[in-house]
Amino acid sequence: MIGIIGGRVFDPMNGINGTIQDIWIKGGKIVSQEEVDPQKARRIDASGQVVMPGGVDLHSHISGAKANAGRKLCPEDSRRLIRARTGFFRSGSGYTVPSTHLTGYLYAEMGYTTVMEAASAPLVARHTHEELQDIPIIDKGVLITMGNNHFIMKCIQNGEMEKARDYVAWLLEASKGFGIKIVNPGGVENWKYGKNVQNLEDEVIGFGVTPRRILSALARIREELKLPHPPHIHGLSLGRSGNADITVETIKSMEGIDAHFCHIQFMSYGGKPGEFPKSAAVKVAQAVTENPHITVDVGQVLFGPATTMTSDAPFEFSLSRKIGAKWVNNDLESESGGGVVPLTYKRNDPVHSTMWSIGLELFLLIEDPWRVYLTTDHPNAGPFSGYPEVIRMLMDRDFRAQEFEKIHKKAMKNSILPELNREYTLNEIAIITRAGPAKRLGLKNKGHLGVGADADITVYANLENKAEMFAHPAWVIKDGEVVVRDGKLIREQLGRTLYVSPSYEKAIEKDIRAHFDNSYTVSFENYPIAPEHIGPSEKLTCD
Amino acid sequence: MSAVFENVTCKFCGCLCDDIAVEVEDRRILKAKRACPNGLGMFLNYDPTLQSPLVEGKEVEWDEAVSAAADILSRADSPLIYGLSSTSSEAQRKAVELADRLGAIIDSTSSVCHFPTTLGFQMVGGAACTLGEVKARADLLIFWGCNPMEAHMRHFTRYSANAKGFLTPNGRRDRTVVVVDVRPTKTAKTADRFLQIEPGTDYEVLTSLRALIKGKDINEPVGGLPSEQIKELVQMMKTCRYGVAFFGMGLTMTAGRGYNVAEIFALGAELNQYTRFFAMPMRGHGNVAGADQVITWLSGYPAAVSFARGYPQFGPGEFTSVDVLARRETDAALIIASDPMAHFPRKAAEHLERIPAILMAPVTNCSSQVANVILPTACYGIDAPGTAYRMDNVPIRLRSVMQKVRPTDEEMLMRIMEAVKQ
Ligand code: SF4
Ligand SMILES: [Zn+2]
Repeated sequence: MIGIIGGRVFDPMNGINGTIQDIWIKGGKIVSQEEVDPQKARRIDASGQVVMPGGVDLHSHISGAKANAGRKLCPEDSRRLIRARTGFFRSGSGYTVPSTHLTGYLYAEMGYTTVMEAASAPLVARHTHEELQDIPIIDKGVLITMGNNHFIMKCIQNGEMEKARDYVAWLLEASKGFGIKIVNPGGVENWKYGKNVQNLEDEVIGFGVTPRRILSALARIREELKLPHPPHIHGLSLGRSGNADITVETIKSMEGIDAHFCHIQFMSYGGKPGEFPKSAAVKVAQAVTENPHITVDVGQVLFGPATTMTSDAPFEFSLSRKIGAKWVNNDLESESGGGVVPLTYKRNDPVHSTMWSIGLELFLLIEDPWRVYLTTDHPNAGPFSGYPEVIRMLMDRDFRAQEFEKIHKKAMKNSILPELNREYTLNEIAIITRAGPAKRLGLKNKGHLGVGADADITVYANLENKAEMFAHPAWVIKDGEVVVRDGKLIREQLGRTLYVSPSYEKAIEKDIRAHFDNSYTVSFENYPIAPEHIGPSEKLTCD
Repeated sequence: MSAVFENVTCKFCGCLCDDIAVEVEDRRILKAKRACPNGLGMFLNYDPTLQSPLVEGKEVEWDEAVSAAADILSRADSPLIYGLSSTSSEAQRKAVELADRLGAIIDSTSSVCHFPTTLGFQMVGGAACTLGEVKARADLLIFWGCNPMEAHMRHFTRYSANAKGFLTPNGRRDRTVVVVDVRPTKTAKTADRFLQIEPGTDYEVLTSLRALIKGKDINEPVGGLPSEQIKELVQMMKTCRYGVAFFGMGLTMTAGRGYNVAEIFALGAELNQYTRFFAMPMRGHGNVAGADQVITWLSGYPAAVSFARGYPQFGPGEFTSVDVLARRETDAALIIASDPMAHFPRKAAEHLERIPAILMAPVTNCSSQVANVILPTACYGIDAPGTAYRMDNVPIRLRSVMQKVRPTDEEMLMRIMEAVKQ
């Protein structure tokens, strides 16, 4: 039993905005005061401090085939950050792609307690889950890539929507996934012929379907299956100048159906293809505002080293040719693809500076904090360890202006950032870093401090320098146990893997089996992951 | 009464064929249908009965063996954990944890096969695809310094030359097969083109291919090949639909090593400006790819990792086991699911003979003769389940076809870890 006494509580889900309040914990859950014996409870004095739910990251590449390829590819990155073994805690390395234990430690030390792995192809989800088991403390889940899946595209082509729906349910269960991820729908399949898709009406080779049809089919399937999280969409033409138009068109194409668009910084460029990108943040922010069923995360660029990794394999190829960096590609049978390219964002690069500015513009232009979430698309635009710095830029106009002075002149000239005076409040930060993402993920027990919530809580010293404040919380409590004290890890425990298992018509398995016999090199029987092979887990209901 | 288990995975080689039907009676395997001779040997020869562990050649209780092993490891100043290529990823994870706690060096058998592949990959990256894409799409296959007809016997039928996929409905007839090697191997005999190059010229030949692709002209023979033949190969590569170059130890372990691999990776990448093209290693042991994966996600580096300073350090040539042993820089070894005495160069093997060694393996092998402690563990994929990574890094479940009576590597490593802590 723990009582967090006298802190200023920010719990936006329950409408609590900075009131002084006590929080009580028992059995890993938040309880009402009546349920604890105040004499026996350990009391944490939070007076003068800020109390929030544990941080929730809904888009971060922390595990699996691509992340590990990134580690293997770049020993130079592993040398940038090392941590020695101390007592019970494991050693680790990696600045943009930390090793597994270090990933868990760094997130916890930053006050984050739940992280969604942004993408895994189902064929290699077993690998992703093995890594997630070695990421301690935090709870996690995996989004499963489906936007280039042969079985689904075939069903759409034949108008067999029920079959597609049953397959998606089967696939989520088989891969122990949390939700539907769509990456460059159709474009990754076309890449297997050296091509891509440029707009929503382009044809996917061999399937006669279009990106538009794939998106709308999967969005509807999500509704029918009542999955907690809407389709998580990485759209077309990522990183290309002029892609804002297609981004807006894709947002509109959802026609009132729920969808989450990830790392839209990379999708909000004006200008002509191949030319210098201009900010189209205004246009994209407006589209987000006008379409209330759409949410976004930003993918804020941080200057310094990054490792790009995405299922958008054709994007990685063109990036590597453009910057002359080493390139990793993997085409995955019947399902997906992926690539990895290391990259350093530099202030003296006008494009990188423009990207940096666009991210901040989006944060400041989208007025409803419940629909925009803090991410760096870790480690694509920079490592998650840079979140506190982003928070400072959002909360502190003077600091932002100071940072703006350092970017490339050409980027300055095109930026509207100096005109944006908005400063995020602590309550708004609590929304974009925990309440909002938890709500959007459909996690009823996370992102808030109401009775019955998981006791994942972060207490911050209320410092003037918000980067300092959010980098080193005074206390982090996970499942009711103190895991971090004064920014230092003091306890290691296992987190849970969150997954869904929607019901489906078992008859579908006959068709899937036939598909496996024709198209896979792994047998149907060996493909599904058993619940006991993913470590401590929690099955979420779909209702 | 015999029982048949379907969809069993053979973990003998990096193909990890998961379609084997294994017939078992009285804890003996009678048949392993669809397994190739290599795999069949593994299934039929394994004796799953409980064996006593040995300490200095004497049969002892398990507790005693565990404490003897822990004793050797805790006494050592610079212990080496080596092997891992035929154990499960679950056990590999424990092995890295043990190395972390001991401050040991950990290295996989890649030290004597594909470690140069890692170095080439770190230099230029690499474009790859899963074996199912090879089966479905590849119309040009190049086998460079590898001999799947003998080392990966079902590679052709399940994944490559003879496999039928949706763009290759006629199997072998829809594909062109090229073999590049220094001698006419069994694989070379099945090829549409066999390019026999002079030993040690792989790098020159690969560089010439890259030069031609970049538009330079070459009019002299390279590596013993007339320039016309090289130009023809370039033409085939540029105009194919989906090309894959598989390479083996003929490329990684000959003059040039990591640079050869960097060259073939760079060649593969550059060809993607014309078509789709990939270069992929033919990984040998069943889970050697898993060893790379696991050591990487736990430490940040794929092999040759030292925890001696308290944090992981990567040292090609420095912490690669062959070098560590040859320079006598280790004073104890834990060998897991491998046989270094059969494969290491003399100087390394001699030092291994000199230092206290623990062998954890399901079968007796050459290394048994030098090990001071022998822990006969279960065989993943026969009497213990687990996970392994195919040569294309696809994770595959290893099933068990009988109740185990032996401890697993994972259990042994956990017990040693406990004993080391005390
Ligand atoms: S090819 Fe390899 S995995 Fe397949 S049966 Fe033969 S030895 Fe086993
Ligand atoms: Zn992402």
